[in-house]
Amino acid sequence: MAVKKLKRGVALVGAGMTPFGTFPGLNTRDLFVQAFQEMRASVDKGFDPKDIEALVIGNYSSTMFEGQNFMAPYVADAVGLTPIPASRVECACASSGLALRQAIMTIGSGLADVVLVGGLEKESDLPIARVTDVLATASDSIYENPAGFTFPGLYALLATAYMHRYGATPETFMRIAIKNHENGVLNPKAQFGARIADIMVSKQKAAAKRGKPVPQWDSELDFLKDDQANPAIAWPMRLFDCSPVSDGAVSLLLVAEEIASSFTDKPLHIIGYGQGSDVPTYERESLTTIKAARIAAEQAYATAGVTPKDIKVCEVHDCFTIAELIAIEDLGFFKPGEGYKAIEEGLTSRLGPRPINSSGGLKSKGHPVGATGAGQVVEVFKQMRGEAGPRQVPGDLNLGLTHNLGGSGMAAIVHIFERRQ
Amino acid sequence: MSELPFNSTSYYHLLSEHKLMGCRNKTSGKFYLPPRPMCTTSYSSDMEWEQVSGKGEIIAFTVITVAPTHMIEAGYSRENPYCAAIVRLQEGPAISAQILGVDLSMPEEAIKIGTPVQATFIERGEGPAKRTYLAFEVVQ
Repeated sequence: MAVKKLKRGVALVGAGMTPFGTFPGLNTRDLFVQAFQEMRASVDKGFDPKDIEALVIGNYSSTMFEGQNFMAPYVADAVGLTPIPASRVECACASSGLALRQAIMTIGSGLADVVLVGGLEKESDLPIARVTDVLATASDSIYENPAGFTFPGLYALLATAYMHRYGATPETFMRIAIKNHENGVLNPKAQFGARIADIMVSKQKAAAKRGKPVPQWDSELDFLKDDQANPAIAWPMRLFDCSPVSDGAVSLLLVAEEIASSFTDKPLHIIGYGQGSDVPTYERESLTTIKAARIAAEQAYATAGVTPKDIKVCEVHDCFTIAELIAIEDLGFFKPGEGYKAIEEGLTSRLGPRPINSSGGLKSKGHPVGATGAGQVVEVFKQMRGEAGPRQVPGDLNLGLTHNLGGSGMAAIVHIFERRQ
Repeated sequence: MSELPFNSTSYYHLLSEHKLMGCRNKTSGKFYLPPRPMCTTSYSSDMEWEQVSGKGEIIAFTVITVAPTHMIEAGYSRENPYCAAIVRLQEGPAISAQILGVDLSMPEEAIKIGTPVQATFIERGEGPAKRTYLAFEVVQ
C-alpha cells in the first residue's frame, strides 16, 4: 500500500520546557507560562504570539491531579491566546506526543500555518498513593487492576517475559538506569540529575550524620542490587527502574515548512510520523515487544523515507527500564533479543554508536506524564541544533527520533525530525 | 444462562458462582475470555457461553511490593507482597490474575514461566461490597 503522507511539510522552530521535578505552589498554568517563555526565547528570529492560530495541549489528568477538567481554554488564556481554537488531547503518557501529531495534522491540512503545542502535568499536589491510583486509571480497570496490577507491575510482566525468552537478567535493567542517570547529570532540567555513585555517597553521608552504620557498596551495580537501598516495587522492577512522579510543562512551536525561514535558519523538518494502538497486556500475542510502537515506527520510517541506521539521536519512553530495552528493539536499532546485549556492551551510552536518551530519559529527567512526549522533542531540538551544552551528542545530527508510549504500550507515537542546514 | 449479556458484569457474576466462563462466537468459532458482546472478526453478536477447565500456565509474572489501594485494603504490603501474572488457559485465551501458593521471597528462583496452574476464587469484602476475584494456584 502506498505510504500516506501530509499534503504539506511542517517544521519545528521553537521549543522550551520547565525543569521537571516537584514544584509546590505552581499549577499547570504557571508551569506552562514558564515553558512558553522559554519557547519564545528559542525562536531565533523572534515572532509575535498573535500569529499563533491554534493551540493543542496534551494533558493526561489535570482532572484528577488538580481537580481541573477542560484544561485547554485555561491554558490558552494563561498565555493570552484566546480566542483561537484550543484543544486538549489525552493519550495517557503519550498525550503530548499525540498533541504534537494533532498539531502537525492541523498545519498539514492547511487549516493553520502556526500552531502551539503544549504538554503539561502537575502530579505532586496529591499524596503518592493517590498519584499511583490516578496513573492506574490508564490500565484496564475491568481486568488488569482487579488482579492487583500497578504500572510497575505491568511493565514487570514484560521484563519477566523478556528475561525468560532471551536470557536478560535484572542487571540489564540496572545498567539502563546507570546510563540514564549518567546522562541526566548533564541536564539542568533533570529531576534526578545525579549519578548513581553520587546518590550512594549522599546516602552514606546521611547515615553518618544520623549516627547510623554507614552502608558500603563496591560499585553502582552492587548498590542497585541491595534490597535496602533499591527495594523492589514490582519484581524485577525496583525503585531505580521506575521513572519518578513529576510536575512539568513543555511548549513547542510548529509552522508550515514554507514560512519556517522567517522564524529560524535552523528549523527541524518533521518528516516522519506514526501512531499505533494495541490490546491490553493479557490479550497480546507477545509480551517481549510493544506492537503499537513497532507499527508507529514502521509508519514513521516509511513517511520519512529513512531507516533505523540513519537516525543519529533518539529519545525513547523509558517509563521503566524494561521499556527502554524493548524500545530499542521495536525501533529497529537492534534485533529482537539482542537489545540487552547492546546495553551490556554500552552501545547505547551518550558517546556510544547508538546514543539513547541523552536527556537522561524519563528515568532521570522526570516523567510528568502529559508533558513527557513533548519534552522528548525539546531534547532532540537542542541536540540536532548543537545546543545541548555539556551533554551534546557528537557528530552531524541531521536525523532525530522520538518514541512516546501510552499506558502499558496500548498507544505509541513516533516522530522523525530532519535538519537540512 | 442464555439471558446473561456477554460482558464483564456477567463475567464477574459468574465468577461469584465460582465459574470461569467465556463465550464462543457461533459465526467465526472464535472463543473469548473475558467475554465480549461482539466478535471482532465476524462482527456478529451470536455468542454462547462456554465454561473453561481453569487449567493454564504462567506466561509472565511479577511480585508486587508497592500495592494499589484496593490491595492494601485486602491486607497486602511491602512485608506481605503478592504475585500477579498473566495465565494462558488451555482453551487459548490469556487472563490477568493473582497467583497463590508461590514462594515470594526469591522470585527469580521460585517462580517460573510455564508453571502449570489451576483457577481458584478469592472472596473479598463484606455484604454488598463482597466481590469474587479470579486467582490461580500452582498445580502440585
